[in-house]
Amino acid sequence: MKGTKIIVVFVYILFLMLPIYWLLNMSFKTTNEILGGFSWYPQSFTLESYKTIFTDPTWYNGYINSITYVLMNTVISVSFALPAAYAFSRYRFMGDKHLFFWLLSNRMAPPAVFVLPFVELYSAMSLFDTPLAVALAHCLFNVPLAVWILEGFMSGVPREVDETAYIDGYSFPHFFVKIFMPLIAAGIGVTAFFCFMFSWVEMLLAKNLTSVSAKPIVAVMTRTASTSGYELGLLAAAGALTIVPGAIVIWFVRKYIAKGFALGRV
Amino acid sequence: MVAKTVNQRAWFLVLPVLLVVAMNAIIPLMTVVNYSVQDTFSPGVFFFEGTKWYQEVLSSPRFHGALGRQFLFTAIILAIEIPLGVMVALAMPRTGPWVSVCLVLMALPLLIPWNVVGAMWNIFALPDIGLLGFGLNWLGFDYNYTQQPVAAWFTVVLMDVWHWTSLVVLLAYAGLSSIPDAYYQAAKIDGAGRFAVFRYIQLPKMKRVLIIALLLRFMDSFMIYTEPFVLTGGGPGNSTTFLSIDLVKAAIGEFNLGIAAAMSILYFLMTLLVCWVFYTLMMRGEDES
Repeated sequence: MKGTKIIVVFVYILFLMLPIYWLLNMSFKTTNEILGGFSWYPQSFTLESYKTIFTDPTWYNGYINSITYVLMNTVISVSFALPAAYAFSRYRFMGDKHLFFWLLSNRMAPPAVFVLPFVELYSAMSLFDTPLAVALAHCLFNVPLAVWILEGFMSGVPREVDETAYIDGYSFPHFFVKIFMPLIAAGIGVTAFFCFMFSWVEMLLAKNLTSVSAKPIVAVMTRTASTSGYELGLLAAAGALTIVPGAIVIWFVRKYIAKGFALGRV
Repeated sequence: MVAKTVNQRAWFLVLPVLLVVAMNAIIPLMTVVNYSVQDTFSPGVFFFEGTKWYQEVLSSPRFHGALGRQFLFTAIILAIEIPLGVMVALAMPRTGPWVSVCLVLMALPLLIPWNVVGAMWNIFALPDIGLLGFGLNWLGFDYNYTQQPVAAWFTVVLMDVWHWTSLVVLLAYAGLSSIPDAYYQAAKIDGAGRFAVFRYIQLPKMKRVLIIALLLRFMDSFMIYTEPFVLTGGGPGNSTTFLSIDLVKAAIGEFNLGIAAAMSILYFLMTLLVCWVFYTLMMRGEDES
């Protein structure tokens, strides 16, 4: 019984790691070697692709642009969602349930529906091709998600805590920042992680809302793939590097990640 | 639990969220509605067309095809990912140093940008230089996803299973870890078998998170765009052209604004309807516990 369990988990993780290994494998090969044929590991190990990415501004600016709008989006989403989640978890007000579903329904909206109008909207606000445009556009799905997760975590804090604080004479903002936020620190961390993740992996909106100066790494990759022939080694290295930020962030929240995926509702 | 207090001033706390989401949701949605009922011959000149585009979309075989493929795809991946995810979650160790390692490794695919996932699988499945494609051909299967529709479907489904099953695992695992040890001990004393433990202890405890998993996987698979677009480009032929791919093709590729907008609205309404059903189920589950 114990043995079968270990085998199941092992085989599953192996299945997850194989394509990632293949990507890494290719990133250390030259494009000629990749196209030359099948091999389990690089025959002539090279770091050339990585060197290109770290020295060529088009490449590394892509990473900088991506990180910029992802961080902006995370900060906006979490700070806007905090008071709203508190309202949903503590009070009843007119239309609260409808509002909550309407918010969630935006998480369900297919981004493909919104591409064209978004380009028009952000061009009209002269934000087109800025990181802020992408950060705001990603709020469409990240803010509702943040409200949803935070509301779950906040509902886990007994209401007596609030009442005691108000009796002790705390004002709402003072109470919220000094007492309540430390109590749900893990929830805030998990929420930030989710916003980071969904903003980092999205590409349809990020690509169409930028053209030159704010081009994200995912767009740099697709454009390079189509213009300069097929630089497979370079593409693989760039792809491998996009895994790094996520891997770092996930290591920090590993203890809370399972709970966070359950949206704080376990 | 004390009942929630009624407080209309709570609206002020919700206002910032309302404004930022409304700007992103309502203005673009109105633009789409506008396009869906108008036609244009030159920039800036629009005239009202009523439901013409809707009728055209609803009766077009192309839309039916994309819709059918979309439902088929979503049904297949749900049928694979939910049971597989539960199975892996049941097999996970409950304590010890390996838990973190497993969780981090499993979450890794979730954090890779979607076009990188597509590109990665594009190469991984190539028959001459990719491990999967090469391996399958070496085993004697005639496999080439750029030419055979069946192989393309197999690759797209396998990619999605690779990409998203971990989400189900993590959710189910979260549900399982909330079961107190006492439950298992009680079951042991009663002489409950493996299946009885699953059916009467583990499954009920996982119900809520599984509904969340189902909801998230449905929404995301129904709007899937980037991964299959990068992997197969919707081909060979139209065999892996799902709704979003077809929509972007109509809107940006062919600049058929009226058709694309009418499709968008229908698409959005369908997602909304299904999600409303899930949401009602989920909220009912939450009220019970």
